[in-house]
Amino acid sequence: MDFGPYLLLATMEGAVGAAVLALTALGLSLVFGVMRVVNVAHGEFFMLGAVIAWWVAHLVGAHPALGFLAALVVAPIMVGLVAAVAERLVLRRLGYDPEATIVATIGLLYVIQQAALSTFGPDARPVEPPVDFRILLPWFGYSGYKLLVIAAAAALMLCVWWVLARTRVGLMMRATRFDRETARAFAIPVDRVYGGVFALGAMLAAVGAVLIVPIQQAHYLMGHDPLLLSFIVVIIGGLGSLRGTVLAALVIGMSDGVISVFFSPTLAKILATLLVAIVLVIRPTGLFGARAA
Amino acid sequence: MTLLETEGLSRRFGGLTAVDGVAFQLAEGEIRGLIGPNGAGKTTFVSLLSGRIRPSAGRIRFAGEDVTMLPAHKRVGRGIAYTFQITSIFARMTALDNVKLAAQRRLAHSWAGPDSERLEAAAMDALARVGLAARAGGLAGTLSYGHQRLLEVAMGLAMAPRLLMLDEPTQGLSDEEIAGFVGLVRGIARDATVLLIEHNMRVVMELASRITVLERGRILAEGTPAEIRRDEAVQRAYLGG
Amino acid sequence: MTAGGLDRAALLHLAVPALLFALQFVLPDYHHVNLARVMVLASFAAGYNIVFGYTGLLSLGHAMFFGAGLYTAGLLAQYAGVAAAPGFVLAILAGALFAALVGILALRTSGVSFMIVTLMFAQAAYLALHYFGDYTRSDEGFVVPAELRRLFGLALADPATRYFTALALFTGTLAVCHAVARSSFGRVLAAIRENEERTRMLGYDVFAYKLVALALSGAVSAAAGAAYAMLFGYVGAGLASIQYSIYPLLWVLMGGAATVLGPFLGTLAMFYLVDTASGFTSAYLFLVGLALIALVLFFPKGVLGTLRERALPWLP
Ligand SMILES: Nc1ncnc2c1ncn2[C@@H]1O[C@H](COP(=O)(O)OP(=O)(O)O)[C@@H](O)[C@H]1O
Ligand SMILES: [Mg+2]
Repeated sequence: MDFGPYLLLATMEGAVGAAVLALTALGLSLVFGVMRVVNVAHGEFFMLGAVIAWWVAHLVGAHPALGFLAALVVAPIMVGLVAAVAERLVLRRLGYDPEATIVATIGLLYVIQQAALSTFGPDARPVEPPVDFRILLPWFGYSGYKLLVIAAAAALMLCVWWVLARTRVGLMMRATRFDRETARAFAIPVDRVYGGVFALGAMLAAVGAVLIVPIQQAHYLMGHDPLLLSFIVVIIGGLGSLRGTVLAALVIGMSDGVISVFFSPTLAKILATLLVAIVLVIRPTGLFGARAA
Repeated sequence: MTLLETEGLSRRFGGLTAVDGVAFQLAEGEIRGLIGPNGAGKTTFVSLLSGRIRPSAGRIRFAGEDVTMLPAHKRVGRGIAYTFQITSIFARMTALDNVKLAAQRRLAHSWAGPDSERLEAAAMDALARVGLAARAGGLAGTLSYGHQRLLEVAMGLAMAPRLLMLDEPTQGLSDEEIAGFVGLVRGIARDATVLLIEHNMRVVMELASRITVLERGRILAEGTPAEIRRDEAVQRAYLGG
Repeated sequence: MTAGGLDRAALLHLAVPALLFALQFVLPDYHHVNLARVMVLASFAAGYNIVFGYTGLLSLGHAMFFGAGLYTAGLLAQYAGVAAAPGFVLAILAGALFAALVGILALRTSGVSFMIVTLMFAQAAYLALHYFGDYTRSDEGFVVPAELRRLFGLALADPATRYFTALALFTGTLAVCHAVARSSFGRVLAAIRENEERTRMLGYDVFAYKLVALALSGAVSAAAGAAYAMLFGYVGAGLASIQYSIYPLLWVLMGGAATVLGPFLGTLAMFYLVDTASGFTSAYLFLVGLALIALVLFFPKGVLGTLRERALPWLP
C-alpha cells in the first residue's frame, strides 16, 4: 500500500480508538471533577463491561445484532451497579480521602480482575459485530461497524453533555463539584450525587468497552491500556472539562493509533506515560495538587 | 543599627493588594509592635518577611543583605524566625521533640545531627523559659490551647533567632498567662529583636518601644506608644475613637 | 523514660534477627526457603517504609527501584560476569541514583500528583524493560546460572548460604531503619510528614530532606532487588511491574507504617496468607485486593501501629 492510503487507514483506526477513549476518559474525568478522587479501578470497569458484553451476547445467542444490543443495555447497568456498591461500601466510608481512595481502588482493581479471571478465564473471546458490511474505498475496504462506533460514541457524548448542561441532575452535579458543603446547604443530596456520578463514570467506561469488544475481543487484562490512556487524557485535557476531555481524547487517541501503526507500540506507551508524569511535574498545582493553601 | 528594612514591599492576591508599597525599618534590639484592624495585612506582611510567601514587588534587606529572593528555610538560617498565628505545632510529637526540631538545625554541624545531650539541654532550656518544662514528655496535641501557644514561643526561642516575629501570640490566653507572657517577651528581647503583632492593646503598649500601624496594606502611622495613642488618624481607623 | 525506650527498642531489634538466625536450624526446607524470600522482600518493604511511613510520601512506583537493583545485579552477572559483591554495591548505587533522579522531578509534586507521577515513571521503566526485551527477555525473564552467583567464594544457591545472606541483608536494613527512626534526621522526616510548612519555617530544606529520604529508600529497595536476583537466580520484568509497587505498600500498611518491624511483620503475614490460601484457590489477587481495601477502611495503622497506639508507646 502507498503512504497516502496507509496514513488514511491509520487515521481511521485512530479515530475509532479516540472515540472509545473519549467515552472512557469522560467517565474518569467526571468522577474526578465532581468527587475529587482518582478511581484507579476505572480500567477494570471497562474490562468488566467487555466481559459482561461477551457473556450477554453468548447467552442471547440469536442474531448478533440482538445479542449486541442486549449487551449494550445490560453491561453498563451491571457495571454501574457494581460501581455504586463499591462507592457505598468503600469510598463513602473513607470520606473520599484522596490518598486512601487511590489505595482502596487499587484493591478494587485486583478484586475485579481476579473475579474476571476466575469466572471468565484467561482467554480472549470475541463478540460478533452487530452489522456486517464493508465500505469500499479505492484502496481498501473498511469495516462499517467501526464507523458506527464513532457515530455511537459521538451521540453518547452529546447525551452526557445535554445531561450536564441542561438538566436538573446536571445542575446538582455541577453545584456539588463547585462546593460540597454549600451544595448540602441547598438541600442537594450530595451522597446520592456522589454515588450516581461514580456509577455513571463506570457506565461510560462500560459502554466504551461494549462498543470496542466486537473489534478487540474481551480479556481480563484489557483494562490496563484504557486506564493509562484515560489518565493521560484527563491530565492533559483539564479535569472535569467536557470539551477539554473530548479534545484531548481525540488528539491522544489519534496519535496513539497513528504512532502505533508506524512505531513500536511499546515505545508509544513509554512516551505517553512519561508525558503524563512530566505534565504533572510542570503543573503540580494545576490538576491534582490543589491540596495545600 | 538597622536590622531589617523593606522598600516598596507589595503583595497582591488577585485584585486585592494586601500589602501595598510598605517602607519599613526595624532597629536591632527593639521590640516593635505591629497593629492594625483585621485584614490590614499584618500576617501577609510578616509572611513576606519570613519568606513564606513571595512579594509581588519590592525589596527586603536583613542585616545588610538583600534576602528578597532567598527561600524561607535559608532566611531562618540567617536568623529570621516566625511563629504562626494559627497554632501550628507537631501535634503527634512530644513537646520536647517539637522544641528539639526547632533547635537541632542550629546545633547540628553535619547530617549526623547534634550531640544528643546538648540538644536535650537546649530544648529543655527553651521549655523551661516558657514554663513548660514539666510537660516535656506529653504529646503536643494534648496540651491546652494556652500551652500550645507557649510551645510555639518556645520553638521560636530554641531557634535562637536575631529577629523573632510573633503573630498574635496572646490570642486566646487567660489574663494570668498574658502576664507571664509579657515577662517572657522582655526576656527574649535581651538577645533578639522582636516584631510583635498583637491585638491586645495593653500588651503592645506595655512591651513595644515603637509601634507601626498598618491599615489596608499601608503604614498609617509609626511612633512611640504615647504618640500612637495620641494620633488622630489611628484613633479613627483603629482604636474606634 | 526516653533512655528506657531506646534500650527496649534496640533489644527488640536485636532479638528478631537472633530469633531468625536460630530458626534456620529447626525449620523444614520448605519454610527455610520461604523465610529467606520473606526476609529479602521485607527489606524491600523496609526501604519503602522510609518514604511512605517516616516521610509520609505515598509512592506507587517503588518497583522501579527494586527492579533497578534486580537488573543491575542480574544483567551485570549475566552479560559481564560481574560477581555478587561488586554487583551488589553497583546495584545499591544504581538504586540511589535512580531514586534521586526520579525524586528531583517527582518531589515537585505532592499528594495524589506524587502518587501518579511515581506510578507513571515506574510504568515507563517497566515498559522500557520490554522495549529492550532482547537483553532483558521481558516477562519471561532469565535465570542467572548458579556458578555466577557467588559471594566471597560461597555459593549463594546453597540454601544455608542463601538464608544467611538474606538474614544479613535484613539485619542491615533493620539497622538502617532503626538508625533513621532514632536520629535527628528521622525526626525531621517525621516533622515533614506531620506539617511540611511548619518544618520549612523551622529552617529545614524540605525538598533536600525528601530527596535524601527517597534516595536512601531507593538504595535499600535496590539492595533487596539485587539480593533477590543473586539468591533466587531469577530476573524478570514481572518483578518490576506495578504489582511490585503495590506489594510493599500493602506489606507496610499491614505491619504498620513508620514502625521498624512493621514491614517484616506485614510481609511475613501476607506471604503466608497467600501461601495458605493457594492451598484452596489460585485466586490470590482477591486476597491482595481485599486486604488493601480492608486495611485502609478498618485498620489504617497496621498491626504494630495500632499496638503502639494502644499499649506500647515506646515501640519505634
Ligand atoms: N492566601 C491568600 N489569598 C487571598 N487573599 C488573602 C490571602 N492571605 C490573605 N489574604 C487577604 O489579604 C488581606 C490581609 O490579610 P492578613 O494579612 O491575614 O490580615 P491581618 O493579619 O492583618 O488580619 C485580607 O483581606 C485577606 O483576606
Ligand atoms: Mg493575621
